[in-house]
Parts: sequence; structure tokens; C-alpha cells
Amino acid sequence: MKEPEPRKRGARESADTTNLLRELVAHLRENRTQLREEWARRITEARLLTAMTEQEIFAEATSVYDNYVEALETETFETLQAYARNLSERIIPRGVETHEVVGIVLLLRDVLARSLFAKYQSDFQTLNRILDAYEPAANRIAITVAVGFVQERERTIREQQEAIRELSTPVLQVRERLLILPIIGVIDPQRARQLTEQLLRGIRTNRARVVVIDITGVAAMDSSVANHLVQTVEASRLLGATVIVTGLSPEIAQTLVNIGVDLIKMTTVGDLQGGIEEAERLLGYKVVLNAETRA
Amino acid sequence: MPVPILKQGPYLIASIQSALTDADLMLLRDALVERVGKFRSLGVIVDVTALDVMDSFASRTLRDIAHMIKLRGADTVIVGIQPEVAFAMVQLGLTLEGVATALDLEEGLEFLDKSAKQRRQEMDRRGR
Repeated sequence: MKEPEPRKRGARESADTTNLLRELVAHLRENRTQLREEWARRITEARLLTAMTEQEIFAEATSVYDNYVEALETETFETLQAYARNLSERIIPRGVETHEVVGIVLLLRDVLARSLFAKYQSDFQTLNRILDAYEPAANRIAITVAVGFVQERERTIREQQEAIRELSTPVLQVRERLLILPIIGVIDPQRARQLTEQLLRGIRTNRARVVVIDITGVAAMDSSVANHLVQTVEASRLLGATVIVTGLSPEIAQTLVNIGVDLIKMTTVGDLQGGIEEAERLLGYKVVLNAETRA
Repeated sequence: MPVPILKQGPYLIASIQSALTDADLMLLRDALVERVGKFRSLGVIVDVTALDVMDSFASRTLRDIAHMIKLRGADTVIVGIQPEVAFAMVQLGLTLEGVATALDLEEGLEFLDKSAKQRRQEMDRRGR
């Protein structure tokens, strides 16, 4: 029985808020030039957005301001969100940090709040009500922009990680039927899986018969990765390719022996050179040093 | 669907066209083991390029086929295992131990040629 009452009050309140916001937006539109300049000045003062020139700051400040006012007016945040994404995309490569973006939005909030204080200083009641309407919307805007920036940055980071991962595991063809897979860096289970997939595809497309996996550049290996390596060797054999593993460091050798990985199934050679020589022997190549050039 | 078995010179080629039921696999096994003797074949190629799934029964049967054909005096080579299939197989521990594998039909034929030659040399050495 009690339920309709708060809902009604809520509806009335929201209509009230909308009216107040309308008044607020009118105020912000009227004083656009002045407030915008004030804001841009304070951005420079606070030494935010140092990676950008003053003109750029002013141009961005103008669009942020207009988007801000629009978000207040319509109480929808989609346009602002899209704008925040777009802005982030442009400024992230220039090294703009999260605190700067959050900082400028909070500065704008403060500048506008200050102007509200100035306007309604004689009428405390109206000021209170208008701040009640303004503050939640302003906070929501600040959150929208900050989250948009962080999401954009995370997307950039993910893309870069993906690119690094792709680049970090090249499958190289040395001779007909001979592939080399140099592995450098840390192998986590995800990367190990990706490596295997890439290698198996490489074997198929290059019609490889021998593969040399060089792990000189791998500092450490845990048991799950070691087991994965053994699985890779076996999967390659099912495709008809022989795998030679080279460059096992003393530490990795010790780890593998300690955890009891089945080493019988792996062919290992000390270094990459030896591995390639062995691979060439398996393929029937014979490398002869030319006597003329030696002399 | 039964698997067609082609005769190519001294070799037999079983080219699997679609996913096989367990009964089809048994038929394939019996037919291959029988024909190896009938045609006095030196080698058998089982082409699984078309398969995108290999369960434990299929891999065990393939291993059995290879071992039975070995006892009948010929070599077997499994060709055309897809990368995804290979990876799934090793994860399930189905590694076709003791069975020769090759990338495709061409490689399989080459493998059989080589092993037949080796076998002849071995015989020659023992004869002397």
C-alpha cells in the first residue's frame, strides 16, 4: 500500500530535476565563452594535458564543454560516451594519462559549480536544489568520461599485447621442409597453446618434415609448459614432422629432470647450430665448405 | 559408408572420405589386412585428411591396423592428420605410438618407398 507514494514523489522529483537542469543548461549556454575560457585557463594552471598545445586544449575544451552541457540537458550519456572514446583514441598515443583526463573533467565540474554559487548566492534554497540536480549528473559525466578513457586504453593495451604475441613467435622456413621456431621470453599456458597452433599450421602450409624449436631465449619453464612442449612434439609427429628441441638452459634441463618429464620422446641438441645440422642430415642435405672461398 | 581401398603398384591406399562408425572401422581393418596378403602389398597408406574428429576407438583401431599389417609383412603410414585433430589427440593421450605418420599422400608414398628400400638392403646384408 505504501509503494505508490515514493514512486509518485520520485516522479515529481525527477520532473523537478529536469526543470532545474533546464535552467542550469540555459545558464551554462549563456556564459559559454566566459566559463570555457576560465576552464581552459585552469587546465593550463594545473599543468594538465601538458602533451598538448594551448590551441589544442582550447579546441578540445570547447567540444568537451558542449558535450557536457548536452549530456546535462538530455540526461543521456551515449553521445558523451562516444565522444569520450573518440577523444581518448586521439590523445592516448600522445601520452595523456588517466589522472589528467579525470582532472580536467573534475575541473570543469568545479568551474561550473563555482559559477552556480556566484549566480545563486543570494538564494540559498534554490542553490541547494540546483546543486542537488547538478551534482549527480556531473558525477555521472565524470565517471562516463573516465571509464571511457580507461576502456579505450585497455583496448589499446590488449591490441598491443596481441600484436606482440603474434610477432614473438615467428615460424621461419630455413630450407625446403625445414622450419625454425625460436621462442623468446616467458611462456605461459596461453602462449604455449598459441605456439603449438601456429607451429602445426606452419607444418601443414610449408610441408615441413623437420622442425627445430629453439628455446635459448626462454629463462624458465614450469611443469605444465614442459608437458605442453612434449605434446607439441607428439602432435607434430602425428603430422609427419620430426621435432628437434635446442638450446635448453642448465636451469630448464634441471627442471625437466626434476619434474620427470618424459624426455625419451624428445630429440634434443645442444644449440641451434647443432639442431640445424641435425635437421639437414635428416633431410639429406650435406653442407660443403667451398675450398675456393676459403683460400 | 565403407572406405574405398585403391591399389597403387605395390601399395594399398585407403582414403577415408567421411566420419566412420565403429563398424566401418572394423570393416576397414578386416579388408586391409586381407588385401595386403592377397595383393602381396609392401605398404598401406591410410589417408585421414577428411576427418576432423578422431576418437579413442578410431586411433586404437588405426594402431591395431598398423600392427596387424606389420605382422603380415608390410608397412603402414597414416597421412593427413589435421593440425587441430593432432592437438586434440595428444591432449587425450592418443599418440599412435609405434605408427608411422606423414603429412599427405605424397609424403606417405615417399616414406613407403624408402622403407621398402631399407628392408631390401637389410635382407641383402643378412643374405651375405
